[in-house]
Amino acid sequence: MYSKDGEDYFIVDAHIALWDAREQNQKNFHGKQFIDCFYDYHKNLSPESEVWPYEDYLYYGGDRLMKDLFVDGYVDHAIFQPAFLGEFYVNGFGQTEEAWALTQKHPDQLTYNHNFDPRNGQAGLDQLRRDAERFGLKGVKLYTADWNGASRGYKLTDPWSYRYLEACGELGIKNIHVHKGPTIRPLDRDSFDVADVDAAATDFTDLNFIVEHCGLPRLEDFCWIATQEPNVHAGLAVAMPFIHTRPHYFAQIIGELLYWVGEDKIQFSSDYAIWTPKWLIEKFVDFTMPADLTEYPELTTDVKRKILGLNAAAMYDLEVPAGLAIKIPAEPEAEVAVGASA
Amino acid sequence: MSTLPDSTPNLITELPPDALLSAVTAALSTVRDPELDESIVDLGFVTEVALSGGRACIRLRLPTYFCSPNFAYLMVSDAHDAVGTIAGITSVSIVLEEHFAADEINAGVAAGAGFVGSFGAEASGELDELRRTFQRKAHTACLERACQQLLAAGWTVEGLSGARVRDLPVSSERDSLLRRRSDIGLSEKADAPIFVDDDGQPVPQALVGHRLRFAQTVRVSMDGNAHFCRGLLTTRYPHAAAEQRPRQFDQEVSR
Repeated sequence: MYSKDGEDYFIVDAHIALWDAREQNQKNFHGKQFIDCFYDYHKNLSPESEVWPYEDYLYYGGDRLMKDLFVDGYVDHAIFQPAFLGEFYVNGFGQTEEAWALTQKHPDQLTYNHNFDPRNGQAGLDQLRRDAERFGLKGVKLYTADWNGASRGYKLTDPWSYRYLEACGELGIKNIHVHKGPTIRPLDRDSFDVADVDAAATDFTDLNFIVEHCGLPRLEDFCWIATQEPNVHAGLAVAMPFIHTRPHYFAQIIGELLYWVGEDKIQFSSDYAIWTPKWLIEKFVDFTMPADLTEYPELTTDVKRKILGLNAAAMYDLEVPAGLAIKIPAEPEAEVAVGASA
Repeated sequence: MSTLPDSTPNLITELPPDALLSAVTAALSTVRDPELDESIVDLGFVTEVALSGGRACIRLRLPTYFCSPNFAYLMVSDAHDAVGTIAGITSVSIVLEEHFAADEINAGVAAGAGFVGSFGAEASGELDELRRTFQRKAHTACLERACQQLLAAGWTVEGLSGARVRDLPVSSERDSLLRRRSDIGLSEKADAPIFVDDDGQPVPQALVGHRLRFAQTVRVSMDGNAHFCRGLLTTRYPHAAAEQRPRQFDQEVSR
């Protein structure tokens, strides 16, 4: 919980990782480049006081994760969203066993989402069924730019993707976190295009599709589909840290999302350990829209509460302590984004 | 290194070395990052321009090792084409460095193999449609900036459906819009309507407001991506900051 100026906020960090990018786990040069790229994200957008030494960034372990999120970081509940990256790392990037052990140790504070790769065909589908049972999965993280053999990515509209999504519906895995990355097959298409999410969301109305980093760098395409698909949500990974380096741009992103997607479909995440939640939450609670941006819906305290935790808590059936839920009346009109009715 | 075909126009007398270098730099300035709608020179992507007689060797870098290979290919290929048409240039080598697909891209562009020739089964076609998609986005963003100027000058949103090229005040916003119009094949004539869809059809008055609102989102998105990519480039290559030129129409100074 975070408290400021007499207001309390229930915090759900909807996208965290426990990764191992140390040299002994790097399979090749790409593994080194991948974590270096993450480290550049971290250095570029973090306040100087929050920048980690490179060695710490390669691997930080469960104890540090618990401290950064729950001791220092005000987080009430966090959700693992692991990326596999089996072509880059010997034992994968996200550490399944370690994260799962930590989740079992702290079930009130952690939820473990796993991943699948539809290019693994029937064997992967069988594995998904076993994983759903083992981890009690409510959600999965899909990284469509993951490499697999000679392939440089996949789409949610591939036939095998649909078979996996059908299985998700059966298995109670209702939250599909989609992370777009810079490569995808075929390479001549825009890899950040979210059109496949649009199609899948239309065909699987029983599932929620949370587009991580709210479609960035295709905010406009994301907003366009999220306006039309009630089951498409925005994850704020990567967008959040702009609050420090580019507050005016951050205000525009939040404003655009409030306008097109609406305050009920936006989820906070730090993308830990790319960034740490403490400073993001502090700055977000203090944040006010710049005076020159008059065209956007208001970013009220209650809207901040929804974004920081209540929206993800509703999606994951997390119990919100009495008094931390918002006290505004639920008016149906308020649930519709302005852009949706335009 | 690829040698230009004999048919390359090379009619003008060869330029003196300094002028040739300027011509090469000017040619590279016309090459844009399609996603950011900005010159690769202004973005700080060009690290070296070396001339040896008529042989040009240009080195490029990008903000991350994993930048999309299709856009990277377009920039390398466009740079090759832009420099190759300069009178006095006899061969061009464009070397993209520190990128996961650099070998395929550099070899493919040098051989004139096309995108499919460079990436084989991973590509299903050439990049024309991708380029077109981003030219349209760039046009939409520039249209929004130009319309904001008109609105500030007293136009109504509905009135924009009747706005013509001649109504645009002389400004960098006007120049930018006209250039993007030209990119997607729209007329620059004085009586041409400006509030048109991607196919050049005038947008009905009732839809102008919604479309203008979406155009704003496109503009915000492209500007934001440019901030991010510029920042990542200077994080990856700290010296690059001195080589970048500020983005046009930037609303916010970077810290």
